[in-house]
Amino acid sequence: MEMIVMQLALFVLSLFLGVELITKVPPTLHTPLMSGTNAISGITLVGAVIAAGAGDSASGLVHGLGFIAVVMATINVIGGYLVTNRMLAMFKRKN
Amino acid sequence: MNTNLVDLIYLISAVFFILGIKGLTKPKTAVRGNMLSAIGMLIAVVITLLDKSIVSYEYIIAGVLVGGAIGGIMATRIQMTSMPQMIALLNGCGGGASLGLAAASYLLTSGGEGYESGVMGGIAVSFVMLTVLIGSVTMTGSLVAFAKLQELISGQSIGFTGIKFLNAALFISAITMLGMLCFDPTNSTLFWGLIAAACILGITIVLPIGGADMPVVIALLNSYSGIAAAAAGFIMGNTVLIVSGSLVGASGLILTQIMCVAMNRSLTNVLFGVMAEGSEAIDADEVYAGKVKSAQAEEIAMILETARRVVIVPGFGMAMAQAQHAVRELSDVMEDKGIEVEFAIHPVAGRMPGHMNVLLAEAEVPYDQLVEMDRINPTFEQTDVAIVIGANDVTNPMAREDKGSPIYGMPILHVDKAQTVVVIKRSLSPGFAGLPNPLFAMDNCLMVYGDGKKAVIEITAALAMS
Repeated sequence: MEMIVMQLALFVLSLFLGVELITKVPPTLHTPLMSGTNAISGITLVGAVIAAGAGDSASGLVHGLGFIAVVMATINVIGGYLVTNRMLAMFKRKN
Repeated sequence: MNTNLVDLIYLISAVFFILGIKGLTKPKTAVRGNMLSAIGMLIAVVITLLDKSIVSYEYIIAGVLVGGAIGGIMATRIQMTSMPQMIALLNGCGGGASLGLAAASYLLTSGGEGYESGVMGGIAVSFVMLTVLIGSVTMTGSLVAFAKLQELISGQSIGFTGIKFLNAALFISAITMLGMLCFDPTNSTLFWGLIAAACILGITIVLPIGGADMPVVIALLNSYSGIAAAAAGFIMGNTVLIVSGSLVGASGLILTQIMCVAMNRSLTNVLFGVMAEGSEAIDADEVYAGKVKSAQAEEIAMILETARRVVIVPGFGMAMAQAQHAVRELSDVMEDKGIEVEFAIHPVAGRMPGHMNVLLAEAEVPYDQLVEMDRINPTFEQTDVAIVIGANDVTNPMAREDKGSPIYGMPILHVDKAQTVVVIKRSLSPGFAGLPNPLFAMDNCLMVYGDGKKAVIEITAALAMS
């Protein structure tokens, strides 16, 4: 129970931190912000590899689901970071 | 490996994510911020792979290769105009990954038998099922949003009168199944039923939402994908998932709110497909009759020549006409003549938050020339010429003056305050709001009819020659 309360606290504080941080992002960068946060939400990869690498005791369905989760999370990570970088590289100052 | 050590390293990668987002608060530091965030990701993934709980690597390697290839190709090939579709797909993948991970973790506990009995077990199951619910809705909802944006299906509202009740019924049954599973986790029929109900719900929620509201939907699904990741973090007791998931969730929520304000729509109205009703029907002929003046490129060039300050107001119509580069050339020619040029960017100028800025950045317009609505509005009175290209509703003065108008209260760009307004447009057809725009009939407004790109090129040529 203690663990869950701690995690809830972490969740709520991170939400507030998120609001504080994101409100400072200028509208110019809102699209890269979305793709960048998409990349960050690919952090589910960390959970997905645990499911996909559960070993032979797990059923084929678990491996299948784990595999799909790894694929989708990796699309988010690789696709998200690359496209964010591609967009941000286009933003130039005058001269 | 020691769990404490793993958790500490997860903390480090969470810090990298926070620094990464902080970097995005300025265009100058943004590229570095994105790198920092990617480093955080690398750290988290590597430490997880080294952790002892992983037994077999085949599925992981295969998954990373497949996902990496798809993500890499998408990221390098996508056109900037199609960025909303890409984000919709990424949102969907985020939801799908959380769903897959939650479902796998449920099955790993031998179909629910492995959960403790009592309150703790109930809480653990509720996190799994919440992740399943949010993940499924995000996944299928994003796919529908993608299909609408890509015009695989009609961008208009699709549905029937009772769809609200269907959605309510689906939602209530999903919540009921979720609750029942907390008491009886071994009931796998309920589990698959929940997934099915949530997947259908995602589809039927997004189908009735019209094309104009898509920026809100994408931002909201972005938020959901983050919340799903955070919920998955609760399943695995994984702190880095919780922190980053909630950061993403907060980001999506803020962008949703910004889009709602910019369109003068409440979130409930967007989600339930309610459009504001005007008190009286407005006749376009009455607004325009005999008052609309049109001009040729040469006349516009003559006006521009004597201007000191020009503001360009781009809308998505400009991007549709692929006129970004032509517009940038016009801006360059004007600057060469010593004219001060700025771009006024309405929050919903593109098809998603910040979309127009990316489109103009791609056309090599410097970002310090892109000015947001609140900062540029007070300057229109000192502006000699405002050039509106492919934008309509966001310049409609009815939003400011006509209390009976359905768009009353929507924040607009006050282009009508400029000395001269030049509107480049194919015809007098209405925008998304379906309203006539009294701006076109104003004394200081000149219409240039035709294809946006062609018209801009003609004006540029005429101005360069003079």
